[in-house]
Amino acid sequence: MSDFHPSGSAGGGVPAGRTWKYGDNVDTDVIIPARYLNQIDPAELGRHCLEDLDPGFAAAVKPGDIIVAGRNFGCGSSREHAPLAIRAAGVGAVVAASFARIFFRNAINIGLPIVESPEAAAAIQAGRRVSVDLERGVIRDLDDARTWSVRPLPPFVLQIVRAGGLIALIKERNSGRGPKSQTEGVSKE
Amino acid sequence: MAPKQPSGRTLTEKILGRACGRVVRAGELVEVSVDLVLANDITGPVAFKEFDRLDGAVVADPDRVVLVADHFVPNKDIASAELAKSLREFAAAHGIDKCYEPGRGGVEHALLPEAGLVRPGQVIIGGDSHTCTYGALGAFATGVGSTDVAAAMATGMAWFKVPETVRVTVTGAARPWVGAKDLALAVLARLGVDGANYLSVEYDGEAISALSVEGWLTLCNLGIEMGAKNAIVAPDEKVRDYLAAADLWADLRPDPDASYASSLTIDASAVEPMVALPHLPSNGRAAAAAGDVAIDQVVIGSCTNGRIEDLREAARVLRGRKVHPRVRCIIIPATQKVYLRAAREGLLEAFVEAGAAVSAPTCGPCLGGHMGVLAAGERCVATTNRNFVGRMGHPSSEVYLAGPAVAAASAVAGRVADPREVVGK
Repeated sequence: MSDFHPSGSAGGGVPAGRTWKYGDNVDTDVIIPARYLNQIDPAELGRHCLEDLDPGFAAAVKPGDIIVAGRNFGCGSSREHAPLAIRAAGVGAVVAASFARIFFRNAINIGLPIVESPEAAAAIQAGRRVSVDLERGVIRDLDDARTWSVRPLPPFVLQIVRAGGLIALIKERNSGRGPKSQTEGVSKE
Repeated sequence: MAPKQPSGRTLTEKILGRACGRVVRAGELVEVSVDLVLANDITGPVAFKEFDRLDGAVVADPDRVVLVADHFVPNKDIASAELAKSLREFAAAHGIDKCYEPGRGGVEHALLPEAGLVRPGQVIIGGDSHTCTYGALGAFATGVGSTDVAAAMATGMAWFKVPETVRVTVTGAARPWVGAKDLALAVLARLGVDGANYLSVEYDGEAISALSVEGWLTLCNLGIEMGAKNAIVAPDEKVRDYLAAADLWADLRPDPDASYASSLTIDASAVEPMVALPHLPSNGRAAAAAGDVAIDQVVIGSCTNGRIEDLREAARVLRGRKVHPRVRCIIIPATQKVYLRAAREGLLEAFVEAGAAVSAPTCGPCLGGHMGVLAAGERCVATTNRNFVGRMGHPSSEVYLAGPAVAAASAVAGRVADPREVVGK
């Protein structure tokens, strides 16, 4: 699967960029406040990403940058606008100690690379250059070469990621190229 | 060695198992047919965009799709009017009859149970995190994002990892003025905002049995604030009466030897009327111990506490009293039916005479949408479900979560107050 390219990545391969560090319980209301949910344009959502937590973020973030956060990232509302805003802002990947369930599912479904690593989330400080290799399951601090291995995604989740999101997977199924069921071949694993 | 005797099953294992046609256990991945797919004026339009990427897709079963315009209605601006319009247009294009707009609908999680669309044993997904509310009627119901909604509309199916379950037992008898919201905030204070992440929360105990179905709706509504995939109570006769239906899954109960990830027991008699301080729903404490917190606004309503029993409780405090001159008190019946009942019972009259503003059904202020957005530095006591930074308006504003009695008492006192201070005894 070396041809897998996360859609939010900087260079089309392994997301790499400068880190932005936040704490626990970064909720969807601060990721994208509801006052911007009266429209669905990803670019507009991206311009207000994290506005109520870090007003300077959206203007300063560079393509491929990495968000590093604590526990329960993305808690709160089911708004898919939250991972959409993060992706549209140019973020290459999110590393967190843990993710809230709906945010995790949404990020996978839209193809935003996210990885769970309490160790990396605790160790990596703001402003580091970091890469996130989803396929190999490795987070690397490019400034000092420290690495952390990532809890691997379950096979069925990887299947969605590899297809480029849930809708892309269903398209594969409909065209007879993919597995007939979303969970086919993986439910016993 | 003899094989380990399989343990019994939780409510969620039973429901997902029936949907699969086989016995399933926590940790298994299942793909099941969904009985209802819900979206609103925020999550629907994003789902429609994803749905349209499936060229030529048709909605698998239009009767199982429910669309509710409730978050920014009555439309707050041109942009939100376009969102509501897209709901109407998608419904018309795909033969979806259950599309609710102002005048015939209300706040989705109050509306669907009231409309009889939720039944015990159903599998329900919704593009709204508070979809977990329907566990009060014995359904497996969970919030998802717009892409999952789009996929389920197209395929009729959704995938889940069968969750492990936290069993929460609430024993004893609740004190006067302590309701479902206070009990839920007490549980939340114990579990924390990610204490049930990825898990099912199954409620039981005398204090739970003593609550009404509306109380269960409030209780299960707050499951997501603990991170839960779903929250659920085993249905009883009350649910049968509430739904006015006999054809229910009569013996839907957890097995006595069901396997739980963990258990928590709370004594209801030790729970005071509660308030959750900013900026986490898990910051619950006794309202009487909140200190002298002057407030600017009170909101009574939402999918958490906008039902008729909530309004009756607020009226018990507000009738014959006046909202504090510094406070704006906004009361929002959650549905048209609740509004009409509140009118017939004289509750709306009591609210208006007390100096409260009564609004048409909307989610509006709960998420800082409209109809009660907070200015910089303002404080609000709300019967809603989230008090995150900027939730109801300016990032420097503050939200204190409470049940209807504490909210109404706070409106009268002009500060966070225990109802017993205001009403006496």
